[in-house]
Amino acid sequence: MLVVDALTKDFDGFLAVKNVSFEVAEGEILGLIGPNGSGKSTTFNLIAGALKPSAGSVRFRGEEIGGLPAYRVAHAGIGRTHQIAKPFRKLSVLDNVALAAFYGANQRITRDEAYRRAKETLELVGLRAARVENLGAAGLKKLELARALATQPKLLLADESLGGLDHAEMEQAAEMLAAIRRERGITIVWVEHIMGVLMRVVDRCVVLDHGEVIARGKPAEVARDPTVIEVYLGTDAPEVQAAAHAARR
Amino acid sequence: MSDIFDVYLLEAVLNGLLLGGLLALLSLGLNLVFGVIDVVWICYAELIMCGMYAVYYLHVQYHWPLVLAMLAAIGVVAFLGWLLHQLVIRPVLNAEPINQLLVTGGVLFFLQAAATLAFGIEFKNLGVTLPSVRLGEMSFSAARLVAFGAALGGVIALWIFLSKTYLGTAIRAISQDRAIMPLMGVDPGRIFALTSALGGALAGLAACLLVLQYDIHPAIGLSFGPITFLICVLGGLGNMLGGFVAAFIFAQFIAVGGFFFAVEWGYVIAFIFFIAVMFWRPRGILGK
Repeated sequence: MLVVDALTKDFDGFLAVKNVSFEVAEGEILGLIGPNGSGKSTTFNLIAGALKPSAGSVRFRGEEIGGLPAYRVAHAGIGRTHQIAKPFRKLSVLDNVALAAFYGANQRITRDEAYRRAKETLELVGLRAARVENLGAAGLKKLELARALATQPKLLLADESLGGLDHAEMEQAAEMLAAIRRERGITIVWVEHIMGVLMRVVDRCVVLDHGEVIARGKPAEVARDPTVIEVYLGTDAPEVQAAAHAARR
Repeated sequence: MSDIFDVYLLEAVLNGLLLGGLLALLSLGLNLVFGVIDVVWICYAELIMCGMYAVYYLHVQYHWPLVLAMLAAIGVVAFLGWLLHQLVIRPVLNAEPINQLLVTGGVLFFLQAAATLAFGIEFKNLGVTLPSVRLGEMSFSAARLVAFGAALGGVIALWIFLSKTYLGTAIRAISQDRAIMPLMGVDPGRIFALTSALGGALAGLAACLLVLQYDIHPAIGLSFGPITFLICVLGGLGNMLGGFVAAFIFAQFIAVGGFFFAVEWGYVIAFIFFIAVMFWRPRGILGK
């Protein structure tokens, strides 16, 4: 469904992403992991059109989308959430989502239809609040997710959706991504540096470090990979242990 | 205190109210554009000048009915607003604010010079004089009443557009975070172009109302451009409600100050008030 080939981003001599290639199959949940600063978010930005690639290609359902402006990537069927939720604070929760429903899929739909889809999406993510300022960290993440889903994506790029959440909320969020794939058939690429929860939900992992792919495969294989353990050692070592443990169960 | 005194004071207050409506409309377009695109159109009043000439030429030279000439002028200035964005603003959209000010300042002088070459420096007017309306012992210019009504209509229409339609919601959303909008599938370039045309249309509407009250000449923008800008700053640049409130406050200072002293003093007092507010609230009355 998504084919990333030799993707490279050069920030004035600093290679944030070097020659990164991976594929995402339809219906799959792929985990894109790596320590902070490993190039995960830059890779997302390159796919979603927030940044232009310096080299390489991004093909989505057979069409080249690398370098397209972000709104055209959204029209093509890729939704995206941010590490830090960025709602329109002066609009209501429903308006936030309805706006995404109205413009996101690039189809002519009526106002009523947009609001119907927005309500349906809010139900799916389990968000009831009316005003953005009443939302806590978990609520903001849900709103971010609802906006991305309202654009009716075929592929969802979820960026560190678990940051700032407590354990119960993390479990809930992970279950929600699994439910989104199950119920809506949406393919998901999930960027995360907390490995534990991710490992139980994803089908495959791609591990980045210093902008390069250092490992890929099933969660259990990746968690045992010596290179991966070394990369996480000293920074998130206990998490790798926990992830490896979780993957064995 | 005599009754006569009260009546004339009331007349001054009401005239201030009428002036406030016009100033509110003037500030509206500038605030809309700044609020959404983050660029100040220094040449805003010169767009209005172009609109005034459009009404004049269509009505006086080509004998279009006045209402038709005015509608066409609104369209012409809306087009100029769009053109300004595409040709001048777009290339400097991510440049330093000072560069953005300088390019629109350049357009100000360009439009003045172009108008002088094309239309000459002599004063022109429609030759339409609306009567005065008497209310007891007070008298009001009908042109000002019409301007007040149309300004209020324009303000309300814009408010409905921004709060009730999808394009309006998108415009409000993009003014809050322009980087996020594309993820919702919105092309920011389209919204900016539309906002610029809308800002131009508001300038066009202002032109139609001003042309009823003032003679047209190439430098006329200078007589209300600065005051428009000051009102926007007073209310909080980009804050449309703030501009609206500030316009009425400013107009009362001019009208009532002018009543107690002399017309020129009304302006002096209004500007002293402006400077005082800038010390007290540098971001404007309703600024964040």
